Amino acid sequence: MRTLVHLPLALLLAPLLPGVIHRVKAFFGGRDGVPLFQLYYDLARLLRKGAVYSRTTTWVFRAGPVVVLASTLAALTLLPLGGLPALMAFPGDLLLFAYLLALGRFFMVLAALDTGSAFEGMGASREVWYSALAEPALLLALAAMARQSGALSLNDLYASLSPESLYTPGGPALLLAAAALLVVFLAENARIPFDDPNTHLELTMVHEVMILDHSGPDLAFLEYASALKLWALGSLLTGLLLPLHEGGTLIDAAAGVGGLVLLAVGVGVLESCMARLRLTRVSNLLAAATALAVLALMLVRRGA
Amino acid sequence: MSLVLLAALAMLLGGTLALFFRDGRRASLCGALGALAGAALGLPPALGALRGRSPAPLALDWSLPFGSFIVGLDALSAFFLVVLLTLCALSAVFGAGYLAGHGAHRRLGPVWFFYGALAASMTLVLVARDAVLFLVAWELMSLASYFLVVFDDEKESVRRAGWTYLVATHLGTAFLLFFFLLLARGAGTTNFYALPGAAGPLAGTAFLLALVGFGTKAGLVPLHVWLPEAHPAAPSHVSSVMSAVMIKTGVYGLLRSLLLLGAPPAWWGWTLLGVGAATACYGALSALAQRDLKRLLAYSSVENVGIIVLGIGLGVLGRAGGHPLVAVLGFGGALLHVLNHALFKGLLFMGAGSVLSAVGTRDMEHMGGLLKRMPWTGAAFLVAAAAACGLPPLNGFVGEFLLYSAAFHAAAREGAAWGPLAIAALALAGALALAAFAKAVGIVFLGEPRGERAAAAREAGWTMRAPLLLLAVFCVLSGHWGALVLYASSGALAQLAGLGPASFVLSMQGTLSTLWYVSAGFSLVVLLALLLALLRERLLSGREVGEGLTWDCGYAAPTARMQYTASSFAEPLTTFFGPLLRVRERAHGPEGFFPAAATFETETPGLFRERVYKPLFEAGLRLALKLRWVQHGRIQLYVLYIALTLLALLVWKLG
Repeated sequence: MRTLVHLPLALLLAPLLPGVIHRVKAFFGGRDGVPLFQLYYDLARLLRKGAVYSRTTTWVFRAGPVVVLASTLAALTLLPLGGLPALMAFPGDLLLFAYLLALGRFFMVLAALDTGSAFEGMGASREVWYSALAEPALLLALAAMARQSGALSLNDLYASLSPESLYTPGGPALLLAAAALLVVFLAENARIPFDDPNTHLELTMVHEVMILDHSGPDLAFLEYASALKLWALGSLLTGLLLPLHEGGTLIDAAAGVGGLVLLAVGVGVLESCMARLRLTRVSNLLAAATALAVLALMLVRRGA
Repeated sequence: MSLVLLAALAMLLGGTLALFFRDGRRASLCGALGALAGAALGLPPALGALRGRSPAPLALDWSLPFGSFIVGLDALSAFFLVVLLTLCALSAVFGAGYLAGHGAHRRLGPVWFFYGALAASMTLVLVARDAVLFLVAWELMSLASYFLVVFDDEKESVRRAGWTYLVATHLGTAFLLFFFLLLARGAGTTNFYALPGAAGPLAGTAFLLALVGFGTKAGLVPLHVWLPEAHPAAPSHVSSVMSAVMIKTGVYGLLRSLLLLGAPPAWWGWTLLGVGAATACYGALSALAQRDLKRLLAYSSVENVGIIVLGIGLGVLGRAGGHPLVAVLGFGGALLHVLNHALFKGLLFMGAGSVLSAVGTRDMEHMGGLLKRMPWTGAAFLVAAAAACGLPPLNGFVGEFLLYSAAFHAAAREGAAWGPLAIAALALAGALALAAFAKAVGIVFLGEPRGERAAAAREAGWTMRAPLLLLAVFCVLSGHWGALVLYASSGALAQLAGLGPASFVLSMQGTLSTLWYVSAGFSLVVLLALLLALLRERLLSGREVGEGLTWDCGYAAPTARMQYTASSFAEPLTTFFGPLLRVRERAHGPEGFFPAAATFETETPGLFRERVYKPLFEAGLRLALKLRWVQHGRIQLYVLYIALTLLALLVWKLG
C-alpha cells in the first residue's frame, strides 16, 4: 500500500517546487513575484491551447515531449521518497532510472535539432555536453552509496540510511556523495550556476532554448516533465541528507515533501546569491563533482 | 556438423557463381541467394547447439601441413554463428540493392565472390578446432575482407585504407602464430581439444599474445587504427558485415583463447578491463569528433568492442576472485552486447549506406532534413541510434545493464576497486555515445537540408529498406526479451564462467529475474508513451494547429546555413577533451569591410595514428633505407649471401 503513495504525491506536488524557488528568489530580490501555483496555472492554460509547428519539423519533434514525459514518469516509479518505498524495485534499478532520464534527454535534444534553429542547436549541444560530464558523477555517487549500504536497488539503498548514518565512519563519504549529487541535480535541472531559466536571451539559455518552438500541450508536457525531473533528482538528494523513516505513511510523506520544499528553498537562496558560471567553467565544476564522487568511493572503501 | 560446412560452401558457391555473370543484377542475385541459403542451412544446427545439442566434431582426412581438418560446434561458436549468419544474409540482401547503383560501370562478380569468401571463412574460423585450420581460415578472412575494402580502388584514400588494413591484420596474425605455436608446443598437437592448459607457466605470455593478435582484429585501442580507415572505405553492406560480425571474430578469438588457457588469474581481468575501458571511452570520444558519417559509426564500433572487452574483463575478474554472480553478469553482458551491437551497428551501417547512395557524400555537413525524404531509413536509423546509446527500451541497454550490474555488485558487495573503474568508464562512454548519436541523427536526418543533393534525396528501394526494418524490429525485440536472449546463450555462458552447475543456475536465476524487471520497465515506458501520444491527439483534435517558421529571434528569412553543424554541435566536448583528440582546424576568416568568402574546416585524424604509428613507421623506414647497401641487384651477390647464410647455418648446427 505504501508503495502507491509516492507517485501520486509527485504527480500532484512537483509543479509546486519551481513555484517555491520563484517565491524565494522574489523575496531575496525584494519583489512580490509570481504566485506559488503559477506553474499549475501555466500548465492548465497550455493544455487548453492549440499548437504551432515549424514547417521544418518532423514527427521526431512531436514525439519529443511525449517521450520526455513518459520516460520521466517511468523513472519516478523506480524512486523512493524518504521513507516511502518505490512502486517498482529490483537490483540495479538505479541504472534503469539513470538511463530513462537519458532517454528523455536524447529525445529532447533531437526535437531541438529538428527545428533547424541555430539557438536550439546551441542548447542541444550544451545539453549533451553537461550531461556527458554529469553522468559519471551521478553513477559514481550512487555507487558510493551502494557500497555504504551493500544494496543495489534504490529502495534498499535509501531504506538503509538513517539520520545516524551521517555520523558513522561512512558519514563523510555520504556527504561527499551528496555534494556530487547536488551538482548533478543543479546541472540536470538547468539551474544556476549551470543555466539561468530566467534569462531573456536565447543565446545564454540551455534548457529553455531547446523548447523555444514547442507550444500548447507539447510545451505543457515538457514543463511538467521538467518539474517532475526536479522532484526526482531532488528526492535522490533529500533522501540522503534527510533520511527520516518514521514508519507512518503520513509522517513519512510529510517528511519527504517537506525535505523537497526545503531543498527548493535552498535552491532559491543559492540562485539569489550566485551568478551563472562562465560556460567554460561549467565543465570544471562537473569534473569536480566526479572527483568528489570518486573521493566518496575511496572513503567508503577505507571505512569498510 | 556437415550442415554448417554446407552453409559455408553455399555462401562461397553463391559468390563464385556471381563471377560468371557480366550483368550486375544477376551477379547480385547469385551472391545474395548464396548468403540466404547459407543462413537457411546453418541456422538450424547453430540454434540446436545453443540449446545444448552440439553435434559431434567432424574430423576429415585432409592432411594440412602440421595440422588436421577438425571442425566442431559448441555453444560459444554457435552463439557467434547465429549472429554471423543472420547479419551476412541481411547485409547481402541490402547489398543487392545497394550495388545496383554501381552495376553500370563495373563488374560486381568479384565483390560477391569476396563477400561469399568472407562469410564462408568467418564460419570456418568459428568452427575450426585445429590451430592450423584456424589460422588458414583467419588469413582467408583477412584477405577476402581486404579485397572488399579496396572495392573503390580508383580513390587514393581507399587504397591507403586498404594498405593500412593489410599491414594491421598481418601484424595481428603474426602474434596469433606465436600464440598457437606456444600452445601447440606444450600440447604436442594443434588439436583444440588437446590444447586446454597446454601453455603451462607461459600462460601469461600466451594471453598477451592472444590479446594483441585478436585485439587487432577486434579494434582495441591502440590497435584500432585500421578500423576507422577500412570500415568507411568498404561498400556499406560490407562495412555492416565487418563491423557487426568480422570484428566480433576477434572477440570470439579472445573468449576461445581464455577457454584454451584454463583458469585465468586476476591480472588478465585487470588488463582486459583496462584496455576495454580505454577503448570504450576513446572510441566514443572520437566518434563524437567525426564529420564523416561512416567514420563516426566505425569509431562507435571501437567503443562497443571496448564495452564488450570490458565485460569480459569483469567476467574474468569475477571468476578469478570467486564471485560467481559477477562472472555470470560480466560474461553475460559481453555476450548480449555482441549480439546487440551486431544488430544495431549492422543497421546503422546499412542506413548510412542508404544515405550515402541518396546524397552521394559521407560528410554530414552536407546532409540534413533526410527524415522527411527518407522516412523509413530515418526511422530505422533513429531506433538503432537510440539502441547504440544504450537507451531503454532498446537492446543496447540490456547488455550494458548487465555490465553495470556486474560492476555495481563488485563495488557494493565485494568492495573491489575495479567495480568503480568499470562504472566510470561505462558512464562516460555511454554519455559520449549519446552525444555522438544525437549528432548523427540530428545533423543527418533532422533540420533543413544543407545541400542540393540532400534536398533532392529519395528513399531507398525495398531491397535496401527491408533488412533495415527487420533489424529495427530485432533491436526492439531483443531489448524487450533480453532475458530470453540471455537464456539462449546460457550454454556459452556456462563454458566461460567456469562455475559448478549449482552456483551457475543460482546466478542465472537471479540475473534472469532482474532482466524480466527491466523488460517490465521497458513495457511501462512504451505504454506511457502511447497513452501520452493519445492524450496529445485528443487534446489537439478540433483545435487550431498552425504551421510556421522556426523561431529565430524574429528573423524573417532563416536559411539552412544558420543551423548548427556537426562540428559546432560537438565543439564544447571536443574542446574539453582537446588534448586527447587533437582536432585540426583550418580557418580562413572573413576579411575587409564587406567580407564575402570565409571557410572553416575541422578534421580529426586520430591521436594514435599521428603520434604513435606514424613516427614508428617512419623510423622503421629510415632504418630500412640505411640497409639498402645490401641490395645491389646483382645476382651473383645474392647467391653469395645465400651461400654465406648456408655456411653459417652449417657451422651453427654442427659446431
